[in-house]
Amino acid sequence: MSKTFRRKLDLKNGRVDMSHGAGGRAMAELISSIFKDAFGNELLDQGNDQASFPTPVGGRMVMTTDGYVVSPIFFPGGDIGSLAVHGTVNDLAMAGAKPLYLSASYIIEEGFPFGDLKRIAESMGAAAKTAGVTIVTGDTKVVERGKADGVFISTAGVGVVPDGLVLSGDRARPGDKVIVSGSMGDHGVAIMSSRENLTFETEILSDSAALNGLVEAMVAVAGPHLRLMRDPTRGGLAATLNELAHQSGVGFRIVEDRIPIKRQVAAACELLGLDPLNVANEGKLVAVVAPEAADRLVETMRAHPLGADAAIIGETVEDDQHFVQMTTGFGGGRIVDWLAGEQLPRIC
Amino acid sequence: MKYVDEYRDGDKARDIAAAIAAEVRPDRSYAFMEFCGGHTHAISRYGIEDLLPANVRMIHGPGCPVCVLPIGRIDDAIRLARRPEVTLCTYADLMRVPASGGLSLMKAKAAGADIRMVYSSLDAIRIAEANPERQVVFFAIGFETTTPPTAVALKTAEAKGLNNFSIYCNHVLTPVAMRAILDMPPTPDEPPIAIEGFVGPSHVSTIIGMEPYEVFARDYRKPVVIAGFEPLDVMYAILMLVRQVNEQRAEVENQYIRAVRADGNRVAIDLCDEVFELRDSFEWRGLGAVPRSALKLRDAFAFYDVEKRFAIETQPAEDNPACECGAILRGQKKPADCRLFGTVCTPETPIGACMVSSEGACAAHWTYGRFRTRQTDADLRRSA
Repeated sequence: MSKTFRRKLDLKNGRVDMSHGAGGRAMAELISSIFKDAFGNELLDQGNDQASFPTPVGGRMVMTTDGYVVSPIFFPGGDIGSLAVHGTVNDLAMAGAKPLYLSASYIIEEGFPFGDLKRIAESMGAAAKTAGVTIVTGDTKVVERGKADGVFISTAGVGVVPDGLVLSGDRARPGDKVIVSGSMGDHGVAIMSSRENLTFETEILSDSAALNGLVEAMVAVAGPHLRLMRDPTRGGLAATLNELAHQSGVGFRIVEDRIPIKRQVAAACELLGLDPLNVANEGKLVAVVAPEAADRLVETMRAHPLGADAAIIGETVEDDQHFVQMTTGFGGGRIVDWLAGEQLPRIC
Repeated sequence: MKYVDEYRDGDKARDIAAAIAAEVRPDRSYAFMEFCGGHTHAISRYGIEDLLPANVRMIHGPGCPVCVLPIGRIDDAIRLARRPEVTLCTYADLMRVPASGGLSLMKAKAAGADIRMVYSSLDAIRIAEANPERQVVFFAIGFETTTPPTAVALKTAEAKGLNNFSIYCNHVLTPVAMRAILDMPPTPDEPPIAIEGFVGPSHVSTIIGMEPYEVFARDYRKPVVIAGFEPLDVMYAILMLVRQVNEQRAEVENQYIRAVRADGNRVAIDLCDEVFELRDSFEWRGLGAVPRSALKLRDAFAFYDVEKRFAIETQPAEDNPACECGAILRGQKKPADCRLFGTVCTPETPIGACMVSSEGACAAHWTYGRFRTRQTDADLRRSA
């Protein structure tokens, strides 16, 4: 991976800056140089958003953990509580797992209103119920005013994987088809529209949703043909495809005109100078599937409310430089790259 | 999106590409400079190079405000931001520009400086109003497009009686820089630039109009076609330039008629005249010191001038000796000609400013076009 990151972290004099949390190459470098060195093991090194392992009593279990620092805490289409459930459930579901149990750890700033806390907790409980998971353990910490920003939530989640199903970011093969479950960039634009220094009005709601139901339907119809799934959160579709290209040692070729993007999202991105492919999603997935199963899989996804706009956007190709290339709507070609630095902090 | 999608239509692009291919003379080559980073970005993002004949070459110009700002001015901003009473407001593009001593505004922020990213000069005014105990400095950069908003911010501060707001003025002038490029003497180790025409600025021209470019047509015999930032605008401007060259004309033409008027925006020009005056000289990265190429606040507004309020004396700072930003900004080299490009210099760890801004030639080539670099063999065959 050293070739990917080019220049090493300055561990002696450097400091964490906002780019190290933006989901791009800088964050990947931080994880690789600090956490992988300290924790290194076979499961972690797979580089997935969750770990999947056999249990001593048989069957495979999946475990994930996630932190939520979204700002603002309440945004169009959701809040930090429901987002924490959806994000955690989705990380489990992307391994093909049936999510079962969640934990919830709250870090609360002194002075935070009880009313808001109750609203968040209720939203979290309702989201868990809808997703069919149970929040079975938790922790509460309060820090002095100014040492946090309202409330941060940290979660863990566990689930079980059906026998014989192996989904992992390193399994894409040349010729496979790339599918997205719906429109790109909704969550990021919803958050941006509610930031105080960005006063533009839009009706865009966050797509925040639990995808385990959709995944169940997908596994049922295409199980053995599915190579991998991932939810394109921070860094958007661009970051996800670049991660997968490196993990699988392949390249991707996608077609701009086939990528679903809502008109309002495209317009907001235009205004802000953003590329919707770099903007976060919280209720969408990318799937890579063997070509023979792709059409049937998309048909199944479209029959599900969370996959109504599913589309095949391209395919996996051989490429020793792991480029994600796109044919633009204009007719030329370009790379779809990770976004450098931060686009917008605290999106989830 | 209405009024946008029409200018990104693939079918029309192919029509214009076919017209360009039919009209270029096969026995010669064409080299045009797009001055603006916005055009550089459009060319890379939409893959316009793929639609041009092999004998039409686009040279990426220095019209990227972040790229041409010398390191010394960023050093100044960092020194300012480190003062305990100062809140520095900056456009986001500047955050990652490498400064002296391995610093950047982003790293200074991580180390405790109060640096805020703003989307508009008026955001800085709002921050000043909300924080009367802080000295709020607006780091003003850019060409003629971003100059009027800075003037508006100053006038707003004056009207509101804000005494904790000031401006670090780094505004620069487009036509002067175009002239500096054409006047540049050839150097022994760099090939001469054979620019045959300019794709003229888009937003800049909405402010300054067409007249300031007449000198290039009249005195230098270089056609200028003012073009919008959408990909079809760029394609059509290239076709218009090819026609001028073929017909041995050198005129200022306006492709961007939906936004640019011949006499520009009088209100904005008058406001800028009221607030700013020419500096005797200003240092540009890549072009060196260029006389009368930048603006400063008039004495009447000295109260809002950071350079006077904080007695700033910009120290010269050297670029990395291996960095080719200078030659790339002058159009003498391509990003891939630089030894640092893509090895130690990437958008995450930029060495030169051309790799920082999305409008920089190196960042555009790295982010959108670097797959072409490995197609060298195919390119050679195509142009052979």
